[in-house]
Amino acid sequence: MAKTKVVVDPITRIEGHLRIEAQSENGKISKAWATSTQFRGIETIMQGRDPRDAWAFVQRICGVCTTVHAVASCRAVEDALDIKIPANANTIRNLVTGMQFIQDHVIHFYHLHALDWVDVVSALSADPAAAAKIGQSISPWPNNGESELRAVQTRLKKFVGTGQLGIFAGGYWGHPAYKLPPEVNLLAVSHYLEALDWQRNVIRLHTVFGGKNPHPNFLVGGMASAINVDSTATINAERIADLAGMIKHAREFVEQVYWPDLVAIAGFYKDWGAIGGGVPNFLACGEFPEADVRDLDKLYFPRGIILDKDLTKVHEYDQKKVEEYIHSSWYEYAGGGETGLHPYKGETTPKYTGPKAPWTYLQDETKYSWMKSPRYEGKAMQVGPLARMLVAYGSGHKDVRELVGEALGKLNVGPGALFSTLGRTAARGIETVLIARKMETWLGELNGRISNGDTATFTKRRWEPSSWPKKAEGYGYTDAPRGALGHWVQIENEKISRYQCVVPSTWNCSPRDAKGQEGPYEASLADNHPLVDPERPLEILRTIHSFDPCMACGVHVLDAQGREVVEVKVQ
Amino acid sequence: MIMPSAHQWVEGETLVQHFESRGISRREFMEFCGEMAVILGIGSAATPRIAEAFEAAKRPSVIWLQLQECTGCVESVLRTESPTIGDLLLDVISLDYQHTLMAGAGAAVEKAKQAAMSANKGKYLLVVTGSVPLKEDGMYTVIGGRTAKTVLEEAASGAAAILALGACAHWGSVQAARPNPTGAVGVRDVIKNKPILNIAGCPPIGDVVTATVVHYLTFGRLPAVDGEGRPLFAYGKRIHDQCSRRAHFDAGQFVETFDDEGARKGWCLYEVGCKGPATFSPCPIFMWNDRTSWPIGAGHPCLGCTEPHFWDTMTPFYGRLPDVGGFPVEERADTIGLALAIGAAAGVAAHGAATVFTQIRRRRSTNQVPESTSEEESHNG
Repeated sequence: MAKTKVVVDPITRIEGHLRIEAQSENGKISKAWATSTQFRGIETIMQGRDPRDAWAFVQRICGVCTTVHAVASCRAVEDALDIKIPANANTIRNLVTGMQFIQDHVIHFYHLHALDWVDVVSALSADPAAAAKIGQSISPWPNNGESELRAVQTRLKKFVGTGQLGIFAGGYWGHPAYKLPPEVNLLAVSHYLEALDWQRNVIRLHTVFGGKNPHPNFLVGGMASAINVDSTATINAERIADLAGMIKHAREFVEQVYWPDLVAIAGFYKDWGAIGGGVPNFLACGEFPEADVRDLDKLYFPRGIILDKDLTKVHEYDQKKVEEYIHSSWYEYAGGGETGLHPYKGETTPKYTGPKAPWTYLQDETKYSWMKSPRYEGKAMQVGPLARMLVAYGSGHKDVRELVGEALGKLNVGPGALFSTLGRTAARGIETVLIARKMETWLGELNGRISNGDTATFTKRRWEPSSWPKKAEGYGYTDAPRGALGHWVQIENEKISRYQCVVPSTWNCSPRDAKGQEGPYEASLADNHPLVDPERPLEILRTIHSFDPCMACGVHVLDAQGREVVEVKVQ
Repeated sequence: MIMPSAHQWVEGETLVQHFESRGISRREFMEFCGEMAVILGIGSAATPRIAEAFEAAKRPSVIWLQLQECTGCVESVLRTESPTIGDLLLDVISLDYQHTLMAGAGAAVEKAKQAAMSANKGKYLLVVTGSVPLKEDGMYTVIGGRTAKTVLEEAASGAAAILALGACAHWGSVQAARPNPTGAVGVRDVIKNKPILNIAGCPPIGDVVTATVVHYLTFGRLPAVDGEGRPLFAYGKRIHDQCSRRAHFDAGQFVETFDDEGARKGWCLYEVGCKGPATFSPCPIFMWNDRTSWPIGAGHPCLGCTEPHFWDTMTPFYGRLPDVGGFPVEERADTIGLALAIGAAAGVAAHGAATVFTQIRRRRSTNQVPESTSEEESHNG
């Protein structure tokens, strides 16, 4: 069988614009290319602005992970200006970030990823009574009853009967890679619809503290939502009761719907535990500070690096070892484009050298993406839920070890299955369960401090620019739903002189470097990866979606001269 | 005459399909249309026209393009309360192309889009989120191998109307902020020959979007708009004039710093930079996320995100608006508030004047801001 060139563009059910090209042979993918096809240049726009405004600008890098850039930005400016935020503000940020993870991961599972595994059309032929039996055997969720499932099926039948399939048109229904029985498909479709309603309810936590979602408001120095239990206009008992209800609702759905569904569906796709592993190195910068953000021992999800799938050793993450390559990217370096540059010396001059649109193939081009290729000690790294769970597992994290063990036991697979497409999807579920359980603890901490009379949510120390040093620089990290994220800011004469972000999707979607090493998307697609029908590339979607791509985050940094300005402050 | 029955009419089903499912013949259907024509007093000659209208009454096709953007506007629509996104997708519209939710990918969805555009030529509603980068021949956003501009022009040509959803599609938003490295512009700068509605905001409230769609489907036309192309039913009033903290402005009670006594009493945020007095938006009325709260309600000043070029004209975000109509530029808001509190007669007169902002601050060296940005002018224009 001859080599077949495959193009999937647009990749749908992601954030932003991604193109995948591949070569397939005998039902397997031999090579793949990942192309970021959008560039926005937001950081250029940051120059000369008030650093206290930065969070709002960079928040707009992404409206899906709508809090993460704002949090990283506030932390970067607070690091630069030596601001320690009140404990309440830190807890509120954990609650906001925690709900972001929960809501984002559930939406990802049901609305962005599930249709890779769930055949909606097959659900039409399910027996609702049998489906209810399965549903009730895996979960106490009250809406898994026969009448509920029958109502969903009836609604679906009528929808299909209109002949207007809307978002379900163009799906790969009936593809041989779909393995679920009709009853499990029906259960999943039912939860697809339920999750749509659930997510808009639980995300209201952002609205209580930030006034809206997407893009809730943040504040350098704390949070703007004041606490006064005797006022109608602030965080008070009524608001806290509402929050407690959302947190309960979130945890119930995660524990009774998302997690059992994930385990049940994974049971039919165990072979995907040996597919799509790809890059064997993992990086996590850590998240959920339970004390000051600078206290790295108090992170709920720890920081570290796993190399060559070796879970017996967690390496320290040292930012000095990061280099960026532009071998395959539409940029140029003054000193030649084949060597990697440490971000201290980083530069980016965009230089588009690709073909004029419309494109046919990019795989024969040397340069084929707007993403650069970050490497750690010359190695490509995966970031995201799997990286976080592996680093935590290797660090002996009790909660993570327990739940990973439970998942492997239920699926009857060994730890090796974690390094796969299925492993990335499972790790996302595992951390969602852990965060959903943590939320109650964080709300309890907030309530406890309020009870003791500590209602501070903001420190005005260093709010006024006149109190700032003439020059300052700071680093803000966050481990976002899609992986390790860092923001670097430099402030001069009360204005931003340089601003830079290194984002999860740049690590994961990076193109080939000068040594020819592929980025994580590319390596995963070429790792024991099937592609039965190049015209219906369902398997490619499975692996790409297991990373939860967020392409708008992969923008690059330009200063006013059109050169990237990158500074890394070693912690 | 055909009588109502217990047989449920599936939303989304055309009337003809519904009748067929009840075993009603074409002849009976035409009789029904004739009777309807008489009842409506338009004469039996209109029967074929009524039949045609009923036959076409299926879920209208909506094509949604995502160009240079962050997907926040899509997320906002996912948060709508009534109709919910599930109802919208299954019962109200036929969303025939939408990147974030579509099951298929690549060639399959491009084919589905072409099929929907050709089957509904001249009738479909085009929703656009994201801006259009014009520099570097448009290579800063390429979808399916084609530039955002090409993709937009193609889809616009067969659209009945365009909903430019969010600040990016409206005027370019954050990537168009000074110095606009990619040459990002809004839909109205590229498409000149179609009705365009600007659903302003970064992002807009999801319920404004669905309300606009429902308005279009219910009344068969686009809602009336202001000079910015924003629907009046949502953007007809200034935040300041509908604000739940307005009484504190009038009483001269201001938050001076975050988390101060005023903040803990829910006082006016004008002094810490609120742009509500210069912003036309439904936030205080519609509120956000099932009416849970809204930015000012949660203690943060309004950023002015429904106004064009707000990243340049409304920043620094924590800076106080420079002047208030009817008062000297140097006059501070607390002085105004105090004046209102002191003299009732003077207060009444000033109250009206204080709501009228005739000038918004323009950032030095901003070249995206039109020369005339008088709020009143553009609003009434």
